[in-house]
Amino acid sequence: MSTTHKVHFKLNGKAVSAEVEPRELLIHTLREKLAHTGPHIGCETSHCGACTVDVDGMSLKSCTVLTVQCEGADMVTIEGLEQGGVLHALQQAFHEEHGLQCGYCTPGMITRAWRLLQENPNPSEQDIRFGLAGNLCRCTGYQNIIKAVQSAARKLAAAPATA
Amino acid sequence: MGNMSELQEREDKLQGMGSSLLRKEDAKFIRGLGQYVDDIQLPGMLFGALVRSPYAHARIKSINKTAALACPGVVAVLTADDLKPVNLHWMPTLGSDVQAVLADKKVCFQMQEVAMVLATDRYTAADGAALVEVDYEELPAIVDPKRAMDKDAVVIREDIADKTEVGHGPRTHPNHIFTWEAGDKAAADAAFAGAEVTVREEILNPRVHPCPLETCGCVASFNKATGYLTVYMTTQAPHLVRTVLAMLSGVAESKIRVVGGDIGGGFGNKVPVYPGYVVAIVASIVTGVPVKWIETRMENIATTGFARDYHGVGELAADRNGVIKGLRFSALADHGAFNSHVSATKFPAGLFSICTGSYAIPNAYCRVDAVYTNKAPGGVAYRCSLRVTEAIYLIERMIDVLAQKLGIDKAEIRRRNFVKAEQFPYTTPFGWTLDSGAYHAALDKVLKAVDYEGLKREQAAKRADPNCPTLMGIGIATFTEIVGAGPTKVCDILGIGLFDSCEIRVHPTGGVIARLGTMTQGQGHATTYAQIIATELGLPASDIVVEEGDTDKAPYGAGTWGSRSTPVSGAATATAARKIKDKAKKIAAHLLEVAEGDLEWEIDRFKVRGNPEQAKTMKEICMVSHTGNLPEGMEQGLNAVAYYDPPNMTYPFGAYLCVVDIDKFTGEVKVRRFYALDDCGTRINPMVIEGQIHGGLTEAFAVAMGQQIPFDENGNHLGNSLMDYFLPTSMETPHWETDHTVTPCPHHPIGAKGVAESPHVGGIPCFSNAVIDAFAHLGVTHMDMPHNAWRVWQQCNALGVNQR
Repeated sequence: MSTTHKVHFKLNGKAVSAEVEPRELLIHTLREKLAHTGPHIGCETSHCGACTVDVDGMSLKSCTVLTVQCEGADMVTIEGLEQGGVLHALQQAFHEEHGLQCGYCTPGMITRAWRLLQENPNPSEQDIRFGLAGNLCRCTGYQNIIKAVQSAARKLAAAPATA
Repeated sequence: MGNMSELQEREDKLQGMGSSLLRKEDAKFIRGLGQYVDDIQLPGMLFGALVRSPYAHARIKSINKTAALACPGVVAVLTADDLKPVNLHWMPTLGSDVQAVLADKKVCFQMQEVAMVLATDRYTAADGAALVEVDYEELPAIVDPKRAMDKDAVVIREDIADKTEVGHGPRTHPNHIFTWEAGDKAAADAAFAGAEVTVREEILNPRVHPCPLETCGCVASFNKATGYLTVYMTTQAPHLVRTVLAMLSGVAESKIRVVGGDIGGGFGNKVPVYPGYVVAIVASIVTGVPVKWIETRMENIATTGFARDYHGVGELAADRNGVIKGLRFSALADHGAFNSHVSATKFPAGLFSICTGSYAIPNAYCRVDAVYTNKAPGGVAYRCSLRVTEAIYLIERMIDVLAQKLGIDKAEIRRRNFVKAEQFPYTTPFGWTLDSGAYHAALDKVLKAVDYEGLKREQAAKRADPNCPTLMGIGIATFTEIVGAGPTKVCDILGIGLFDSCEIRVHPTGGVIARLGTMTQGQGHATTYAQIIATELGLPASDIVVEEGDTDKAPYGAGTWGSRSTPVSGAATATAARKIKDKAKKIAAHLLEVAEGDLEWEIDRFKVRGNPEQAKTMKEICMVSHTGNLPEGMEQGLNAVAYYDPPNMTYPFGAYLCVVDIDKFTGEVKVRRFYALDDCGTRINPMVIEGQIHGGLTEAFAVAMGQQIPFDENGNHLGNSLMDYFLPTSMETPHWETDHTVTPCPHHPIGAKGVAESPHVGGIPCFSNAVIDAFAHLGVTHMDMPHNAWRVWQQCNALGVNQR
């Protein structure tokens, strides 16, 4: 077996490390070594976005990134969005607008929307459709997801969160 | 007024049927705390990876495991020879055939399961799978189902070559599976012979895949000490799976526990039992440790659960006013290499004979011929009841073809043929009794909402303008579905009737737990079943917990597919709740010292008629039912279980209208408007219904506009990743407008019919009808799906409409 490397990064504000083979994908490290099973595997080819996490201020599909590339990174996953027992406005809005059904795409979708709203705090419907086009959902037809992102954007604009 | 608002307040507190109660299941998913099968890690768990055939048809000359076994971390390599001693190298299918669990001497489709490598982690398992050396002798492959029964066609299934039937009547060729007929051929032929006008069209429902975002997988865990097998798996039908596993493995059914857990979408893909599950189970029994097997996306699209592949021919006979006198539909069904088509025993072609749709057609006949080809097995119902999309696609396309031939408006021809509201219950010539409907009203509401006449005028103006850069199409679909399988007198799978069940336990303080034989995959059962109970029992939905999917806990049921949860389990839920309510009434009468007949129900309590101050709330009765203060001879507790055998299927319907604008120069189809009116009878949760319709329409859009599984002439799969297989993103997906009418189901306890599949069944022909209508004035009567830009451009080019 190939030699392993110890990789250190920040995950939802906490310093973590993992011993990985050079070929290990970030999604597997997160799910199987760091017990973060929020991000999911849907396609292994970067198309579906179920594995979306946030790395150094960018949405990233963790099924096609090697963990060894993440040394020193600052990473946020769905598990890190709830702060002090309070859901993020996006999590709340996905619930209120019925923006999820089977829930499999939801962690990646919300994590992507979280970054989108930082890139563009006041997106139009078309901006949201374009901004979420890398995240597939088979259940909702996207319409209620878009409503949820719009609703969260309004709430965040009214009371800017620290996130 | 004070009293009214007090009543309203009590009603609102229940959040019962009719309220858009937010979903109970969301809390875990929005936090990333769902528990899907690949999230499960058990101590000592091995990972299984399948070795798959690169050929569509080949003999296996030898399998060499040496290099794989030498790979550090590889624990074992299982082949058909290893499964033979336990007689598990073949398994029965849900289509009365058998299927190789691991290829036995030959492979019959590309990526067929040949061996499983067990290793300590998924990377090592993949390494091992790459090191298994299989020596193949390639055979010619049959890809085109129309060539499957040629005289000189190679025999695909040597294992059953001399069998005269495989469960569904006589075979006429080694590659023939069955021929199934329904209706009255002589009467239909007579109607055609004397008809003023007839139309005929060849119409394909191409091979597609449901492609839920989560692939299939399982964790099998056999406890050698107790002989107890636990299987966590992606299944829409956990109880049926447990029965199949008991039949297969010889382990007593009481020692098998199947756990559905959270399911990342199913859409029909997760009904059958696939070889991967079985090998993982055998592997756990053999090794004594848990074994996980998870499909990759390419394995999912290429091997488990394709849908459709019906090569249809539609014929209608009518008078010159467009009134249909006769229908003849047939289909050549490509079932792949094994008949694992999910079907009720008596319906090898599913419910295809619903093909008269919403129309009163006096004479009808249909026929399906199923054949083997060198493609993956399957034939699942992709977001529909068994073969209903295929049937409704044919009738909704053919009625347009007839309208075009006669120059009758496509809405008007539907009106002339609809079953009229006063004709219900209406029995079709195929014997289905449509329960209730109001088809004219539904269509008229849609036409008014979209200003149909205005759209027609706009279309006429555009057709008259040679410089118009687009072709405008208006598509209509007025479908009737058949769901809620089903009455046990006609519907069974492997001999098990398709009833379903609900067990309700009411606790002393009014909390309720309900367990059902169905299995949610995103439909929101935890919310909607709770709402039914809330209304029936007058206890708040917030305190009602719904559990499904764990066969150790839930009563037996056939699972969630074919929109059967509300029609069958929803009915079981209401029935069980009513048993409890009947007992509660006896307790109330006892406490109030009146006769039961003196009591009336009001939202959440029994009141003494004429003396409203005297009442007992359900909450009070819950506590009393756990004391000794009960009527003479009554047992404690407030529990019930109901097994519901539906007296009939349910028949939700709808009227859809789609407007498309097609770029003459690129072939790109833009959906300008899609208006969907659904009638699913009584509505339990309008928010959930709307969500299901959005999803179903999006999957209809996917099928109509882009999905197709292509093969080359050697049976090589030409697109099994999401690079090639079309799943619409938020960019392509149209905006959906929804509407409804309510025509309750007369035989269902709460009048509900089921809804989630209607938008798929009705949506696909609506898109096709819109695209083809755009070319109708140029003499085009049919174009096969998918209507992607390349294929539509070819039509534009052939007609020369792209010439400036």
